[in-house]
Amino acid sequence: MKANDTIELAARNLRESVLRNSLTTVGIAVGVASLVAMLSLGIGLQQLANRRLARSGLFNTVIVSSRDNQAFGGPRQRRTAQDDKPSPPLDDNAREKIAKIPHVLEVYPDMRFMAEVSAGAKPQFVQVSSLPPSAKDREAFENLHGKFFSAPDAAEAILQDEFAKTLSDKPDSLIGQELSIRYAERAGTAERSAPGDTGGGNAVDELVASGFSVTRRTKTLRIVGVTEHDPEAGMRVGRAAVFVPLPLAEGLNVMLGSDLREMVRSSYRGRVYMALTARVDDPSRVQPIEDEIKKLNFSTFSLLDAAQSLRRFFTILDLFLGIFGSLALAVALLGIVNTLIMAILERRREIGIMKAVGAADSDIRRLFFAEAGVMGLMGGIVGVLFGWAIGRAINGGTNIYLRSQQMPSETFWAVPWWLVVGAITFSIVVSLISGMYPASRAAKLDPVQALRYE
Amino acid sequence: MGESTIRAVDGVSLEIAPGEFVALLGASGSGKSTLLNLIGGLDRASGGTLQVMGRELNGMNGEDLARYRRHTVGMVFQSFNLVPTMTLLENVELPMRFAEVERSERATRAKEALERVGLSARMRHRPSELSGGEQQRASIARSLVNRPSLLLADEPTGNLDSRTGDEVMRFLEEFHAAGMTVLLVTHERAIAEKHARRLLTLADGRLVGDVPTGGVQ
Repeated sequence: MKANDTIELAARNLRESVLRNSLTTVGIAVGVASLVAMLSLGIGLQQLANRRLARSGLFNTVIVSSRDNQAFGGPRQRRTAQDDKPSPPLDDNAREKIAKIPHVLEVYPDMRFMAEVSAGAKPQFVQVSSLPPSAKDREAFENLHGKFFSAPDAAEAILQDEFAKTLSDKPDSLIGQELSIRYAERAGTAERSAPGDTGGGNAVDELVASGFSVTRRTKTLRIVGVTEHDPEAGMRVGRAAVFVPLPLAEGLNVMLGSDLREMVRSSYRGRVYMALTARVDDPSRVQPIEDEIKKLNFSTFSLLDAAQSLRRFFTILDLFLGIFGSLALAVALLGIVNTLIMAILERRREIGIMKAVGAADSDIRRLFFAEAGVMGLMGGIVGVLFGWAIGRAINGGTNIYLRSQQMPSETFWAVPWWLVVGAITFSIVVSLISGMYPASRAAKLDPVQALRYE
Repeated sequence: MGESTIRAVDGVSLEIAPGEFVALLGASGSGKSTLLNLIGGLDRASGGTLQVMGRELNGMNGEDLARYRRHTVGMVFQSFNLVPTMTLLENVELPMRFAEVERSERATRAKEALERVGLSARMRHRPSELSGGEQQRASIARSLVNRPSLLLADEPTGNLDSRTGDEVMRFLEEFHAAGMTVLLVTHERAIAEKHARRLLTLADGRLVGDVPTGGVQ
């Protein structure tokens, strides 16, 4: 019998016992729904975590430092033959080279410096850090009081919440007020030295070094925001109290810690940075980009390992949710076996008639298989819709609770297309497996006995 | 205990020529339906040989036997054996589904067969909406749609009144006249003598009589 005839007859037979077959199909649908709901929550949670991580800026970031300087990078990396070669200076030239690596979105220097900060009250000596414009999207600024910098080089500052509390009992009242920072400006012959210029010899070095001057400067900034979270958490040692726009900090020509280090080197190399931060378009590309940067003879550090652990955790979570979700489907499959065995008993004579008019055992087997498959398909489709609705309802209900607790709403539920296709396919496959025994039993019926059956 | 082999058909040796109209007579339990089922490929003999149109049925596998039932034989039963959930048209189309006949041809042939037995007006009805005679005529239409060369009828008039039974037998005579071999199982000697040209008698699974009759001329 042709496949389309088999399916047509199967659908026809299912329509004949519409109530029983519908109940069986609903059973499958409930099983698929529980599977889809569980997995949609697992996947949603994973996507939420990924979104959070991406917004934290931790997992698509590579910190680059000189091999001569292992201040960054956590555990020391295994020494290679390259380690014996001197690391090139981590200057603007290196920044440009790294920025040219495909999939690197931006590279910016670690510009942190100590400054005396005063905002009416007693001046305090704190660490000032600079932020690139892209930092605006970081999770740390999600609940920012006030607003982010209005322009990349705006004379504006964002205060860290704890520091702001030392300035005022009501940190938010500082927004809009002025803040002055007194810092050390690096000026003199260093500007005449091209980036990457390593100098020609000791005499020249000393001449350049002797021309390095430091000048005390004051800059007035307007406070535009107060942040509760540290936008550099996990990426930097220490905690800055004041954040300023990176282009502004670069324009101020602030003397950095690395300038002092370069002063005492035997060969002065102009302005170099303590570290560069390379932002990558996708966390999955962090490792290849780290490898590329290492080829330039720099040290790198990323939180990739932590991200991989997290991925492993969610894979296991999804697996467990899938197993629990499948339990309901397993029960539903017993319903298919039961329904089809009942159908064999009811249609015993009909099977005999079909055999008498020319049906082969394989035709009967395929017919029962098709009936199981059609129930699986229908149950799968309805189940996906149920599962989608259940996931959405759980998400909605939880958000109502979160809002009642003054917490922001979250989307921790997702039904990707592959889950829809996978759940329906799974439903059909397991239904066919359930149909194997009844189909085989129907095919083996003796036509003479079946025709005698009343 | 309690297990014993019953030979429903034993030592029967007969030959039926193409185009014959043969009636198989015997009391209940004499083995006539079993012999019919063996010839129809619904049952398998535990021994001996059974050849139909030069093919040995006992040596056939399940698929070959199904193909044989589909194309070589048509069967008519006492209890009509129509699928109750299908319309007459669907019932008559059923053998052609297994024979993988194209949908359009299937419909045409099924309608023609129903017209031939005078049921063109009832083709959308289900068997339960028809009289016994109409159901048997539909059953005859179904047995013919795959154009078999051998028609096996097992007590086709058993559930019908005499007038309707005569109507059904007239159809069998028509098909025989068109060249088809007909094997009729009945316990009604009068019907057998009236329509068949040869009369076989079975008793306790053995062939006890093989005589010609006046039958169909």
